[in-house]
Amino acid sequence: MDDRDLRALLSAVREGRLPRRRFIQILAGLGFTAPMATQLLALSGVAMAQATSTYKPTRRGGGGALKALWWQAPTLLNPHFAVGTKDQEACRIFYEPLAGWDPNGNLVPMLAAEVPSLENGGLARDGTWVVWRLKRDVQWHDGRPFTADDVVFNWEFASDPATAATTSGSYKDVRVEKLDSHTVRVRFQKPTPYWADPFVGTQGMIIPKHLFENFRGAKSREAPANLRPVGTGPYRFVDFKPGDIVRAQLNPNYHLANRPHFDTLEMKGGGDAVSAARAVLQTGEYDYAWNMQVEDEILKRLEEGGKGRAEITHGANIEHMQFNFTDPWKEVDGERSSLKAPHPILTDPAVRQAIALLVDRKAIEEHIYGRTGLATANFLNNPERFRSRNTRWEFNIEKANQVLEAAGWRRGADGVRAKDGRRLKFVFQTSINQPRQKTQAIVKQACQRAGIDIEVKAVTASVYFSSDLANPDTYTKFYTDLQMYTTTMPQPDPERFMNQFCSWEVAQRENKWQGRNITRWRSDEYDRVYRASEAELDPVKRAAMFIRMNDLVIENHVVVPIAYRPRVSAIAHRLRAPLSGWDNDFWNLRDWYREA
Amino acid sequence: MPGSIPASATAEPGAPSRAASRSPWAEAWRRFRRHRLALAGAVLLVLMTLAVIVGPWVWKVPINEIDFAAKLQGPSLAHPLGTDDLGQDLLARMLYGGRISLAVGFASMVIAILVGVLIGAVAGISRGWVDAALMWVTDLFLSLPQLPLLLLVIFLFRDALKNWIGPELGIFVLIVAVIGAFRWMPAARLVRAQFLSLREKEFVEAARALGASTSRQVVRHILPNAMGPVIVAATIDVAAAIVFESTLSFLGLGFPPDVPSWGRLLFDAKDYLDVAPHWALIPGGAIFLTVLAISYMGDGLRDALDPRKVV
Repeated sequence: MDDRDLRALLSAVREGRLPRRRFIQILAGLGFTAPMATQLLALSGVAMAQATSTYKPTRRGGGGALKALWWQAPTLLNPHFAVGTKDQEACRIFYEPLAGWDPNGNLVPMLAAEVPSLENGGLARDGTWVVWRLKRDVQWHDGRPFTADDVVFNWEFASDPATAATTSGSYKDVRVEKLDSHTVRVRFQKPTPYWADPFVGTQGMIIPKHLFENFRGAKSREAPANLRPVGTGPYRFVDFKPGDIVRAQLNPNYHLANRPHFDTLEMKGGGDAVSAARAVLQTGEYDYAWNMQVEDEILKRLEEGGKGRAEITHGANIEHMQFNFTDPWKEVDGERSSLKAPHPILTDPAVRQAIALLVDRKAIEEHIYGRTGLATANFLNNPERFRSRNTRWEFNIEKANQVLEAAGWRRGADGVRAKDGRRLKFVFQTSINQPRQKTQAIVKQACQRAGIDIEVKAVTASVYFSSDLANPDTYTKFYTDLQMYTTTMPQPDPERFMNQFCSWEVAQRENKWQGRNITRWRSDEYDRVYRASEAELDPVKRAAMFIRMNDLVIENHVVVPIAYRPRVSAIAHRLRAPLSGWDNDFWNLRDWYREA
Repeated sequence: MPGSIPASATAEPGAPSRAASRSPWAEAWRRFRRHRLALAGAVLLVLMTLAVIVGPWVWKVPINEIDFAAKLQGPSLAHPLGTDDLGQDLLARMLYGGRISLAVGFASMVIAILVGVLIGAVAGISRGWVDAALMWVTDLFLSLPQLPLLLLVIFLFRDALKNWIGPELGIFVLIVAVIGAFRWMPAARLVRAQFLSLREKEFVEAARALGASTSRQVVRHILPNAMGPVIVAATIDVAAAIVFESTLSFLGLGFPPDVPSWGRLLFDAKDYLDVAPHWALIPGGAIFLTVLAISYMGDGLRDALDPRKVV
């Protein structure tokens, strides 16, 4: 598909010949996220679908206590300093963005009065600006009114390099201006198809100007409100013990009628995923638990207790195996996995293809992940009905043997294949996590049958996923031949997601391993297409380019997708909690209620 | 304890006449045999050791044969100890893992005790600044945060050792050395305390008066009398080392995750306690029995080797 086809599709949707759902489906099959597709539609003059609320209670309060369990505890309560989702979620209790993402990738206005579109004049036709109209009757928890000044301040705050905000990526390249007391305009440096990034979703929570004004830049970490938030959200701050517990109570002046439902809210941190699942599903001590990285079999058994259910939310997270294109065992100028030393074996495409054939995704889905990880050949899988039918995966030991044989890898006396004195022996690392160790065991056994010797290695998650420069075991250093983890896609825009295969993003000592290209695969064609997409003004042409990039990665076996992993939460039976795979779990906390 | 024991062995009635007719080792063996539990412990330990050494040759099921059709099964003819959640045979894994766990346990105990006795003995006999310095070192090691230091040591030496003597042996040596290096301090303190009291006893004074050199005093007279508590400490160390190895594996610093040491098996089984209790009970029981057998043996050995105790 090229940009002409896309344009035809868009006009078909505009004229009503093609249902919008079908359009999103087609684009998803080509490697687009649902939010990306709906934004493309918006830019082409098709309004986003109206999200309907399922909230039932007819009065504010009276819901008692809501007890949520986060097995990683939040450590601070300023959304601009949030490290990881645990902090974002805790902030989301008190703070709101202008809009959030619903499960279908549509924007839901929160502090905004409406979602910008071409019809209401909120969107520029050329994609260079977006105008947000703010809700008028919103108050901060301390009674001060919420205005455009607060929104502009958040941009100033987060884009100041001295603040060192974790959200700075969404704000540093835009300009924000106040049009009137309740209207702001966000200007982009270049036409931006992904216009709903600043002030939206996980990166978009708004903090009050009057409390943070005197704490900009280097002083920003000293603000007392970093630990005692004053927001606009449905619940007000009561108490916070970093690394332990957040307590909140109903906000009597919340800007939506009849909300919120609960009188108090408690977010308790700590423990591990299995014990958190147990507390909700089996003993019923808690109402909600986040991120159930638990084998499905255990979840099912706990659900039998009848106290709660595991709820699956579709996002874009993918568990995948990466090949190292550089030699991790050779030190060049004091650096392992250096670009100057290509991997002696894995640069052979036949070997990569064979290993891809040896990953028994069906067994991994059936016996390890169950509902929480679905076998896939795709990098993009959400929602399920949108899954691409173009790609295939196969588990075939015989074929893998043939591929290796044809490429000249012959079995030695010990059953391990070798060519020119190089043996097919690899070290396969991942983090310590029961399902991952089982996956390693399954891959190892299949590889053994094809004459590939795998040494498995597991690194504790806090080391593996850290950015510790001195540590050789981090996933960004990738000092082994193979590794496996889940790549998350926190932003629905593919530009930042797809740069993980660009040659200038290679993680190496020079950039303190901050580069995003972990496999260190380099392709001139990929680079060329990516560069072109950056300079491309037409969102439709740009879209076609992302499709090409996606194909390049798949054709070349740069990674092996293993299981598409939706988010899983444990929810008490009567609790109704609308979740979304494109936003925080608490994105729509205002609509949470307990059925009578 | 030394303080409460009569200073001279000859003050005990009865013992000398019989002891004269046997060698010291035969005498120790006679005493050991009379300690029923110790004997039972020793037999159990020998059986276990034999099982893990010979077992893998007799029971030839591979330790990593995945069979989902047979997962989480209880004991049966095909799998005498049942299977785990990948359908791997637990008996094969127990036998293989036992080699590792027992080897790690004993080897690191030997290192810890050797280092501990050496440092404790030198400190106890030498007085003055040597004693003070060695005890400072001991206190230093006791107060070091172990895990961060472990991380450091393992990161520094793992790859070097792996390249030098191969991946599995390299990690074995490293783990044994690391556990040994972090567990010698209690033994050193025990030995030093024993030495401080024993070296003032009349029989040591007598030896000194007869012109025995310091090393002879230590080796012939003080050390044998100080061994009782050390042996008990050693038995505790074996148990601690087996458990410590599983801690390291859990942190990803020990053996690779597919090497089924007993601690690793227990860790893997913990989430399945309600549906497949056999999976956790078997390695747990094995560790428990080993530790129990060793500590009874330790009791018996202490009694048997104590020259001043009459059995």
